[in-house]
Amino acid sequence: MYSQITAWHDAAVNIPVVDPSPTSGVLSLAWLVIALPLAGAVILLLGGRYADKWGHLLGTALPIGSFVVSLLMFVSLLGRDANDRQVTQHLWQWFDVGRLHVGFDLLYDPLSALFLLLITGVGSLIHVYSIGYMEHDPRRRRFFGYLNLFVAAMLLLVLSENYLGLFLGWEGVGLASYLLIGFWQHKPSAAAAAKKAFVINRVGDIGMSLAIALMFVTFGTTSFTGVSHLAAGASDNTLNALGLLLLLAACGKSAQVPLQSWLLDAMEGPTPVSALIHAATMVTAGVYLIVRSNFIFELAPKAQTVVVIVAVVTLLWGAIIGCAKDDIKKALAGSTMSQIGYMMLGAGLGVGGYAFAIFHLLTHGFFKANMFLGAGSVMHGMNDEVDMRRYGAVRHAMPITFLTFAMGYLAIIGFPGFSGFWSKDKIIEVALADNWVVGLFALLGAGITGFYMTRLMLMTFFTEKRWKEDVHPHESPAVMTVPLIVLAALSVLGGVMLAGNWIQDFLAPVTGVAPHENPPLPAIVVTLLAVLVVAVGVATAWFLVGKREVSVTAPQDVSFATTAARNDLYGDAINDALVVRPGKSLIRTLLSIDRYGVDGVTTGGPIALGALAGQLRRVQNGFVRSYALSLLGGVLLVVLALLVVNVG
Amino acid sequence: MNEFVKPTIEYAELWPILVVFGVACLGVVLEAFLPRGRRYLAQSTLAVVGLAVALGGTIYVALDLHKLGGGVARGLIAAEGTIVVDGPTVYLWGLILVFAIGGVLLFAERRLEGGLSAFAGQAAALPGTEAERQASTQGLDHTEVYPLLMFAVGGMMLFPAANDLLTMFVALEVLSLPLYLLSGLARRRRLLSQEAALKYFLLGAFSSGFFLYGVALVYGFAGSMQFSDINEAVRNDAANQSLLLIGMGMLAVGLLFKVGAAPFQAWTPDVYQGAPTAVTAFMAACTKIAAFGALLRLFYVAFGSDRWSWQPMLWVIAILTMLLGAVLAVVQTDVKRMLAYSSVAHTGFLLTGVLGVQSAAQLTNGQITSMQSVLFYLTTYGFAMVGGFAVVTLVRDSGGEATSFARWAGLGKRSPLVAGVFAFFLLSMAGIPLTAGFVGKWAVFTVALAAGAWPVVIVAIVSSIIAVYFYVRLILLMFFTDGEGEVASVTTPSLLTSATIAVGVVATLVLGVVPGPVLDLAGRAGEFIR
Repeated sequence: MYSQITAWHDAAVNIPVVDPSPTSGVLSLAWLVIALPLAGAVILLLGGRYADKWGHLLGTALPIGSFVVSLLMFVSLLGRDANDRQVTQHLWQWFDVGRLHVGFDLLYDPLSALFLLLITGVGSLIHVYSIGYMEHDPRRRRFFGYLNLFVAAMLLLVLSENYLGLFLGWEGVGLASYLLIGFWQHKPSAAAAAKKAFVINRVGDIGMSLAIALMFVTFGTTSFTGVSHLAAGASDNTLNALGLLLLLAACGKSAQVPLQSWLLDAMEGPTPVSALIHAATMVTAGVYLIVRSNFIFELAPKAQTVVVIVAVVTLLWGAIIGCAKDDIKKALAGSTMSQIGYMMLGAGLGVGGYAFAIFHLLTHGFFKANMFLGAGSVMHGMNDEVDMRRYGAVRHAMPITFLTFAMGYLAIIGFPGFSGFWSKDKIIEVALADNWVVGLFALLGAGITGFYMTRLMLMTFFTEKRWKEDVHPHESPAVMTVPLIVLAALSVLGGVMLAGNWIQDFLAPVTGVAPHENPPLPAIVVTLLAVLVVAVGVATAWFLVGKREVSVTAPQDVSFATTAARNDLYGDAINDALVVRPGKSLIRTLLSIDRYGVDGVTTGGPIALGALAGQLRRVQNGFVRSYALSLLGGVLLVVLALLVVNVG
Repeated sequence: MNEFVKPTIEYAELWPILVVFGVACLGVVLEAFLPRGRRYLAQSTLAVVGLAVALGGTIYVALDLHKLGGGVARGLIAAEGTIVVDGPTVYLWGLILVFAIGGVLLFAERRLEGGLSAFAGQAAALPGTEAERQASTQGLDHTEVYPLLMFAVGGMMLFPAANDLLTMFVALEVLSLPLYLLSGLARRRRLLSQEAALKYFLLGAFSSGFFLYGVALVYGFAGSMQFSDINEAVRNDAANQSLLLIGMGMLAVGLLFKVGAAPFQAWTPDVYQGAPTAVTAFMAACTKIAAFGALLRLFYVAFGSDRWSWQPMLWVIAILTMLLGAVLAVVQTDVKRMLAYSSVAHTGFLLTGVLGVQSAAQLTNGQITSMQSVLFYLTTYGFAMVGGFAVVTLVRDSGGEATSFARWAGLGKRSPLVAGVFAFFLLSMAGIPLTAGFVGKWAVFTVALAAGAWPVVIVAIVSSIIAVYFYVRLILLMFFTDGEGEVASVTTPSLLTSATIAVGVVATLVLGVVPGPVLDLAGRAGEFIR
């Protein structure tokens, strides 16, 4: 079907196309990876109170089962030849409408393999942790049902072989995040945050659905195989439009500027939800989408440039917000936004960056899950206090939490040898090689990361204690600390994936092989530079926070920059001014048109009609003589109508 | 010298109509010789059996029709050129017979009036006199209604099959006279009923006069009564154009009166309201079917080659009819009158269908002809009308049938099933999707659009919207208000009425959900033979 175009295309550009073979052996279990958590969601949500006793155990066991299957598939994939690592599984024909034929197909390749491991692995740990964290919540079963739904949707997103299936998972993730962010729906702030996340995600979804429609119009198919084969034949404008639409979609899910504002509010959800959204699912979806659509972005340089710009703005935006937040979860959320910016930057840099974007995504998944769960553990021990100004010297009370959190901290700032060091360093390196301005911004971001993470670390675990009187911090139970320990270990060791360029080679069938270029600076210089910048950031934090006394309440006489950062750089204000207020006035206009125009016609119409009928019915007076007269009039009418038309 | 030649009668094709007339005559004989007590059972059974046999015969003739001639116009001209048996004829016969059976079943219903039929005990007795009271206490019953109905049905079958003006006129009178009588036979509210009958008779006679005058004028123009000869004359002869046009107009008046088109609709509400409801049901469905068949034949066959001279006139009439019917229905406060105006509006919609493309040869694939759409519309309309009026017979208070809106308030709460069924018929008349009425409207509107009659279609859509208002208003009244004062309740009928209503509901639903087979059947009826 695609052979002719392929031949021409291969000669022109070297972009790998999706060309899978049917599944066999263990790989045929791909469907099971999705089915297990989905079954969990169905059982837990439909089971009602009967499932209360064992619901959380089942809800945890099923993602673990998914993880085991993913691991088996991964091993099996490694056993295959590098050219034979794309397999597809046709489950059933989803629908046929006109020229549109969509199968419910799964695609398992190195990219989805890594995502599967991340989602099910980190996801399972979060499930285990949640058993302890949500122990006293009366709606724990439902919580696990939503978690399972979340994981299932995300798995579908990364396993689907076409954009439509991806979209199904995409929407599923949106739904599950809505349910989870608003899980404590009795809090108006949580309900509002859920609504906000949902609405802003819808904006991204518009991009996604338009992109799918455009693909169908252009290529007549939405499958990765079909689009990747045919992409080279489309016009530049179409490809750039596709790229920008996909970017819009990615911005929504991955909280990139300008659709970033939901992420900070999303902290209203229970902390494991934050960990799940930030580390294993949801926000990584946008990065996945762009890396997966590399066959479009490679042919759409303009869209790619926009990706880089968005990424740089976001990575600084998030970092600056992170500097000023006193709420530990919001500070972490800012850091997530910033780190996702790094991933998007890697993805926007093209063939050279895809693998590192995914690499950073994985290591970030480890250390961010680690730190979120760590933050949850701190909150758990401090009566759900989230204000860091009320923490201080927690390390003595929670040694395990402290140690594991410290591993995450060292990883995120890029302390040499830790996982984050390797992954972030690589992205900065590629960015510098691509464009030195972008590279410098990325370096700057790393420095700010060093600052705000050190600030967070100091305010929480060091400095003197500023607890409220009735707070008695204590270490969390083993069911919570064991996942922390596992994640801490992964945060430290995640860099192993780079050994021998393994991750680049492994992902090469999907992302392509970067042409070798001579970097402007030797790699070792870049590394040293990065470490230096981070060290400056850490030192600044030490002098500004560690050496001073932290006040219990946030000081108000601060610089404009701090105020702006505390207000999320006025993201909400911008949204209000640009979208919400014009939208509201539009709605008001429509409403008045509806009230006075449409309603006027629908209510005024019958009144006028009644009046007309009241006049007309006088003719119907019951006298035969009048009827006969009207009959005679009718005769005249008919005859005249005939004569006028024909003789006149 | 003219020798007498024995006329040939094609009994094989004409026997359904002869059965009906035969049964009618037999009914008169039975009426004369049977003792009073046995007449009801004998007459009603005879009528049902006669109609059923005729229906079977119609189907038999229809199945054999393809042997008679090829092409889209199949059939033959029988009885020395006076009667045509072709596809549309047998389809219309079938429809008329089906709804006539429904009518007979409603006629025969005796449970609603406590063991008596809905017809007067002794029609000749003056209302309010001793004689009337006696007739009523003795439990008298007019069983002549069955032969009368059979004569009317025979006339209706002959009407669309007539191939010359004189036969058409005779058919018109044969179908009308029994209906005038039947309208005056109501057991309750006899004065209203008799007034309705008299009005119907006077106005009917008036319009028949015009029809007959038209016959004379057209004969003067063409020198023949036969449709094919008239068509030939229209095609060839440009002289005496005004003779033809005036004659055509007079003929149109006679037919438009029968279908109840504006401005000849004045009799409809009064007669529909005054006549016994069973008669109204029968008359509303069958008369309209027969008259539309005759209208189509007259204008398509006799004046078919002169389409452009009569189509503007029908445009005007269609627009007037739809608007008048819909607008006046809005202010009605009586269910039967509202249904009468709704029937006027339906006439307008049907006329819209008549304006479409006539010949299948002018159509692209997938389009439908005017004939097909009108036949289909008549089918959907008939089921909804017979069913709707049948429901009206059930809703009663101490004074018999309660037709005032005030009595229907809250009916949905008291009798959800009956009110729901009636609401379903109303929705079909309004043309809501998933009911037969929607498909019917869709069919007539598309054929009119295909023929370029878009102004008529726009008016038709506006009228449909107005119509939705008054149908839904009644539904609201039934389901969302509470009745005040004396309200009507539902009397449980015998199987006869229940069966009629059930068939109406099922047909309306089936035709709305899977219209394909019947639409195809109407399409296979083909065209008139000339």
